[in-house]
Amino acid sequence: MIRRFLGRLANPQVGALVGVLLINWLLFPNFFRVTWQDGRLFGSLIDVLNRGAPVAILAVGMVGVIATKGVDLSVGAVMAVAGAVAATLVVAGYPAPVAVVVALAVGFACGLWNGFLVAVLDIQPIVATLVLMVAGRGIAQLITEGFIVTFTDPVLIFIGTGSFLGLPMAAVIALVLMVLVTLLVRRTAIGLFIEAVGINRRAASLAGIRSRMLLMLVYALSGLCAAVAGIIVAGDIRGADANNAGLWLELDAILAVVIGGTSLLGGRFSVPLAVVGALIIQAMNTGILVSGFPPEFNLIVKAGMIFIILMIQSPFAVRLLPPGLLRRAASRGTEK
Amino acid sequence: MVPAGSTLAGTPIESALRRHGQEGRLDGDRLALEARGITKVFGNHVALDAVDFGLRAGEVHALLGENGAGKSTLIKILTGAYQPDGGMVLADGVPISLESPQQAQAHGIGTVYQEVNLLPNRSVAENLFLGHQPTRFGLIDRRRMERDSRAILARYGLGIDPSSELGAHSVAVQQIVAIARAVELSGKVLILDEPTASLDRNEVERLFEIIAGLKSSGLAIVFITHFLDQVFAIADRATILRNGRLIETRALDDLTRTDVVRLMLGKDVAFSGATKLEESRPLGEVLAEFRGYGRKRSVHPFDLTVHKGEVIGVAGLLGSGRTEMARIMFGADVADEGTVTVAGAAVAITRPTDAIARGFGFCPEDRKAEGIFGELSVRENIVIALQGKLGWFSALNRDEQLEIAGKFGEAMDIRAASLDMPVKLLSGGNQQKVILSRWLATDPAFLILDEPTRGIDVGAHAEIVRTINRLRDEGLALVVISSEIDEVVAYSSRIVVMRDRELVAELNGENINPGVIVQAIANHREASPA
Repeated sequence: MIRRFLGRLANPQVGALVGVLLINWLLFPNFFRVTWQDGRLFGSLIDVLNRGAPVAILAVGMVGVIATKGVDLSVGAVMAVAGAVAATLVVAGYPAPVAVVVALAVGFACGLWNGFLVAVLDIQPIVATLVLMVAGRGIAQLITEGFIVTFTDPVLIFIGTGSFLGLPMAAVIALVLMVLVTLLVRRTAIGLFIEAVGINRRAASLAGIRSRMLLMLVYALSGLCAAVAGIIVAGDIRGADANNAGLWLELDAILAVVIGGTSLLGGRFSVPLAVVGALIIQAMNTGILVSGFPPEFNLIVKAGMIFIILMIQSPFAVRLLPPGLLRRAASRGTEK
Repeated sequence: MVPAGSTLAGTPIESALRRHGQEGRLDGDRLALEARGITKVFGNHVALDAVDFGLRAGEVHALLGENGAGKSTLIKILTGAYQPDGGMVLADGVPISLESPQQAQAHGIGTVYQEVNLLPNRSVAENLFLGHQPTRFGLIDRRRMERDSRAILARYGLGIDPSSELGAHSVAVQQIVAIARAVELSGKVLILDEPTASLDRNEVERLFEIIAGLKSSGLAIVFITHFLDQVFAIADRATILRNGRLIETRALDDLTRTDVVRLMLGKDVAFSGATKLEESRPLGEVLAEFRGYGRKRSVHPFDLTVHKGEVIGVAGLLGSGRTEMARIMFGADVADEGTVTVAGAAVAITRPTDAIARGFGFCPEDRKAEGIFGELSVRENIVIALQGKLGWFSALNRDEQLEIAGKFGEAMDIRAASLDMPVKLLSGGNQQKVILSRWLATDPAFLILDEPTRGIDVGAHAEIVRTINRLRDEGLALVVISSEIDEVVAYSSRIVVMRDRELVAELNGENINPGVIVQAIANHREASPA
């Protein structure tokens, strides 16, 4: 049991995360120092968890979408919508739980809309979700009437900045979501069906899988996760910024999923590894910040990382590998 | 024949070229287009082996053959899309080089494909003149283009507005526009590749009138189709290819439909003694009854009663509606006519899940595109239909999956190093066994198998035929589509014959015999209906 668990940890993604953390440690010797203060943990490592949480949550939703050979470009905009809904409701005097539930429902509905376009109208996912990517920010601006809506509601602020058992609330939420979604897809047949639809939708339909329902579900889940991330980000800045909340985060989420080993061509996927992918991205961001490099380097390093990963996954690189290697890896995978 | 320094020198292909090349063939006919000893090799697969093909001006020449016979390779060489590895092409007796489709066009060779490859969102006139628009002061002379278009369209009996969008017209009209364009541009040879595949009967007649007109104006026309009736209706001569070899070129007046089918399938089946010797067993109870079941432009309404414990073989040429019949029976396509009763109750089968719920299973013809999930494991590929039946929330756990996959994998003798290896690493025959196991795991009552033995090795072939017999003995109903007539004869208790999208005959008892089947495929009037 323990060996199986350790075996699962021995994969390229976890290796890459450890590598990035070690580089950070070389550049900034205090990187691994964690202190206890005011009932919560502090340190660069905790910062990675806290700051990485929104993208990790987006990745939890995105990974299912990408596994079906789709993509959800709207998650950044849905974050802004959910944040705007939650902020506007608490400012209007509604209790925080109501605001949160309504914001989550709005995110879920946004996802259903994407799922409807993709599954029922058969629009290509990249175009279908582009609609909401553009429209979402407009909707968020209409909700906030063009202002940054600030609030002082303690519950929302706690969701964004509080801590639980010493860990940042955002990281705890991300962890819980990761576990719940992993259980949802792996303890039911949903994960297998998602992979089947992503690999061969025609064969899936002939094998009796209702791919429409399934697609609706994965896009709705992605919308729901985006709403969670949106509420966290709003709580963190104590306000809803329709223009900037979640800006470009859809790209980080896609990157996290791809780093996590899920191909954009659909198929095999892993929710925890997508979260590890998000942590790798955040560890790079934090590392560059704390080591004193100008933040401009961030984008260059990230681009370099994407390039390396795409190179490794490209058919070109696969051809360079000795042919026996893949076969051996495949048979080794069976001994688990 | 073979150019000096050719890579083929000294090979069997080269000697084949020599053999064919030396044969005197000038029989006084003036050939508008001639291919001599054309050989084309892909890797170590010989797609065309020293094929001769002669096309006279003013004839309609049918090019016939089953899938993989080499028809499309030959056409691609004649239109400059492929370069031959041996042999030569001559126009009016002069060798020509065809290194690109443009060159073929310059030599007067025009092609129209099944899917109209014009621009649906541009006007009819633009499509007619695309690439060679009349210009005035360096700009496109739209008025002249439309005036000329109107004249051209009138010649083809089309009274449509040349400025209208092409996509707004029916496929038949688009097809005619494509022909008009090809004739205007090329003007000597017209190659029609399955032009009637998506047309209805009236549209086909209209197209034939146009073809007859072009023929009488001296155009040489190559006509490729799967519909034998159309071949006999319009063509003067036929060339039959099989496995990349020229079998026969002959005037159709000298051929019967039976001859043509026999030549295409390559078995001297009329004299084959593979008549069914098995005792006729009593039919089991009725499992499913299809009445007037059909789908427009796909398969004509048919009646079929399926009993428990029988194998119904479906014979017919490619494109005869075999696969379409299987697909509507399984709900992969929706029938728009007719009724189906399963176990005495009328049911609606509008998608595969409906069929699966009634105990149906379906192994599709195109294993790779519609059957397997390449990256998923053998285990997952086997359990997926059963899991689909169980639904999202009654997941089989890993051990249950292994047990099921192991049980059915063993029964089917799947040769896999491990049940957890990706199915795409298995051979075609083993993949087919995986798909069969997938359905057997659902405990089916009725299996529809579309070409279950195509393209698989001998061992797997035998295993699948054994399985078909075993399942029939266990009381399952099976419908098996196959191009292998001997095979169909061997395991079928009853045979239905498809021709031109229609179920034309049902054969029982002594009539389950290759000769009768070939006749039925060729012409239902010669066969005795059940």
